[in-house]
Amino acid sequence: MASTAIHDTAVLTHHDHGHEHGHHKETFITKYIFSQDHKMIAKQFLITGIIMAVIAMFLSVLFRLQLGWPDKNFPILETFLGKWAEGGRIRPDFYLALVTIHGTMMVFFVLTAGLSGTFSNLLIPLQLGARDMASPFLNMLSYWFFFTACMIMMGSFFVQTGPASAGWTIYPPLSAIPKAIPGSGLGMTLWLISMILFVASSLMGALNYISTVLNMRTKGMDMWRMPLTIWAFFLTAILGVLSFPVLVSGVVLLIFDRSFGTSFYLSDIVVQGEVLPNQGGSPILWQHLFWFLGHPEVYIVIMPALGITSEVIATNSRKPIFGYHAMVYSLIGITILSFIVWGHHMFITGMNPFLGGVFMITTLIIAVPSAVKTFNYLATLWRGNIRFTPAMLFAIGLVSFFISGGLTGIFLGNAALDINLHDTYFVVAHFHLVMGSAAIFGMLCGVYHWFPKMFGRLMDEKLGYLHFWLTFIGAYLVFFPMHFMGLDGVPRRYYAFTEFEFMKEWLTVNTFISWAAIISALAQVAFLWNFFYSIFYGKKSSQNPWESNTMEWTAPVEHLHGNWPGEIPTVYRWPYDYSKPGHDDDFIPQTVPFSQTMSSNLPHDFEGNAESERIQQEWDSKYAADKVEQGIN
Amino acid sequence: MGNAPFEDRQNLKARKFLMWLFIISSFMMFAALTSGYIVYTAGNAARGLKIILPKAFQFSTLIIIASSFTMFLASKAARKLDYSKQNTYLWFTILLGLGFFANQFYCWSLLFNMGVPFAFNQNASQSFIYVFTGIHLTHILLGVGFVAYSLRSRRKNISQAHNLYRLEISSLFWHFIDILWIYLYVFLLLNQ
Repeated sequence: MASTAIHDTAVLTHHDHGHEHGHHKETFITKYIFSQDHKMIAKQFLITGIIMAVIAMFLSVLFRLQLGWPDKNFPILETFLGKWAEGGRIRPDFYLALVTIHGTMMVFFVLTAGLSGTFSNLLIPLQLGARDMASPFLNMLSYWFFFTACMIMMGSFFVQTGPASAGWTIYPPLSAIPKAIPGSGLGMTLWLISMILFVASSLMGALNYISTVLNMRTKGMDMWRMPLTIWAFFLTAILGVLSFPVLVSGVVLLIFDRSFGTSFYLSDIVVQGEVLPNQGGSPILWQHLFWFLGHPEVYIVIMPALGITSEVIATNSRKPIFGYHAMVYSLIGITILSFIVWGHHMFITGMNPFLGGVFMITTLIIAVPSAVKTFNYLATLWRGNIRFTPAMLFAIGLVSFFISGGLTGIFLGNAALDINLHDTYFVVAHFHLVMGSAAIFGMLCGVYHWFPKMFGRLMDEKLGYLHFWLTFIGAYLVFFPMHFMGLDGVPRRYYAFTEFEFMKEWLTVNTFISWAAIISALAQVAFLWNFFYSIFYGKKSSQNPWESNTMEWTAPVEHLHGNWPGEIPTVYRWPYDYSKPGHDDDFIPQTVPFSQTMSSNLPHDFEGNAESERIQQEWDSKYAADKVEQGIN
Repeated sequence: MGNAPFEDRQNLKARKFLMWLFIISSFMMFAALTSGYIVYTAGNAARGLKIILPKAFQFSTLIIIASSFTMFLASKAARKLDYSKQNTYLWFTILLGLGFFANQFYCWSLLFNMGVPFAFNQNASQSFIYVFTGIHLTHILLGVGFVAYSLRSRRKNISQAHNLYRLEISSLFWHFIDILWIYLYVFLLLNQ
């Protein structure tokens, strides 16, 4: 194992041309803009992700206004939305654009790029003991592709016909025929371009994460000593590499249908009395291709959040994570299973009931690893010496959402029940809790926990608590009532649900939900203020503020390009030695060798190394003899 | 890990691995397209290729196999430090790649004249032929870029380790698109 020497770029001489990170003279542009330092790229992803989250949340408040008060005019909307809110009411086609872009931004830009992009970039090199990613250059490109994708998506708000409006799943034929609705014109084209750039960005990121995890771990860091965060990011990246290309295939065919006159998805369509020449296509084909990505995508969203939670819960319970191996195998199980469940999004497409049964069984099996993870979190918390930091509260919040949203997944995964529940608010409630709220709580948990690592300062705790409670209660108030609407058959994405007699009684509930949404949106101001203020004026952080075991806290607070000033520390133990009996501190960092913790070593620590066991036994017997002697005297 | 220390300091091993991962993701894209073809074609008896593919595709296959061979010769020359030979074989590979490109276009024209157009075709199974070959051609272009990147220039004196690294990633990719073409061709032949 020559790993310590491997990444020692401090001694690097420059044969290479600019791709390497050594002693370049850093200018403002290379340091803050076209940076190749994984820590800076992580911050870029985070801040872009936060801005996208704020925009997407604002869009949701806009459409909540329509749902909560369908008969009321808000003249102020016309002031800044112009013709999209004529007379102070949001127009139906703009309403569809709002829900579409809200979904797209949240799922892809915030919870995929903002979450994986931030924390995989920050933590993979730091927790594994690497100087940087496998290819820092590709890493930089990954961010700039993402940034361009965001800009193009935002740009679609400024075209005459408005942004894409066919829902975030952009089912054809609606999305495939430019004149079907205004949003299927230029807005849809921009959506598709933006998404291809986004996929390119995610792939570049994912390739880097996998290669770094497999090739660049420091000495002693074998796979089974990796923190669960890294396992989660690693498996997430694998999911991305295998599933995002499939979306590209689907999108390419859609582009051909839209602009080149092919008919992969189109058949028998009449627009305004005119029969389209496209014949013989199958819109179901898109659903297969989309959901083959789409389902792994929800795990791409949730798994990093689960990894972050594992780390934060163990650290702040001052206990080893319960069932480390079980946690890893659950993640692997989820990764594999997520590829064979996509059909549960398509139960009502007229698929063969036998096939529906198969997809139902695979879907329900995913509940097993998910439940293993949940129980392990609860078991880790059990009798822990819990420190309720804001990060810890958000981690516990994630567990809560994961349970309450996960339970409804069992209902929806049932092919027969799905006939009733499909495309109702029950589905909206389910995925907003289990992947929306849970994943965003994981992300916020990560921000509070690793803020000192990113910016060298601490966030304000009191504002953190305020932010947590308002958001936590707010999210439940928003999404819980939706279950009942869904059970009553209220469909999602409807602009004017009050037009239907049986849905009228849900108006008061919708008003209530809208108020809850507005209040939870306002609660984010506490976070935004805390975040941006603390970057500059927060309390200075110590090197290891949470008394954590993982390697990132052994790197100096001041950021260096290359992370550690001298040699990279060696790893001797797993990352969860919290409250180990016999040790004077309640944490032992991974870089502390067993020779320094003779009083707390256990036989299984040595993994069958006979020599170490012998030394330990010698020490134990000597120590025991000492004790006896002391007892006599 | 047994690698030369120089190579390790540049993370060449980790970067080479990126190419393997890229190949996997690229393969997934084609797996999706061919699976899409199968799902689409199975939906209705009126669908399917229903034509005999132009013979000229065999010529494409020969060209690309030959280019893989020249790529192999280039790697061999590089390992023997014979840089002028390396460059010659790389140029051959590039030319063969462009030849493949041209021949695929020729095949498209043959298809079109057979009454198998890409657009406004009521049998999208036939449009899939263009999609498979077209997206494969974008890979060929990318591959030509990689091969050009591993040409050893006289002006810049790069180290042998780095030269080999460049050659290895481009030949990995080049052999991949070769095999990919054979996969697509056989897939189409089996369905014709």
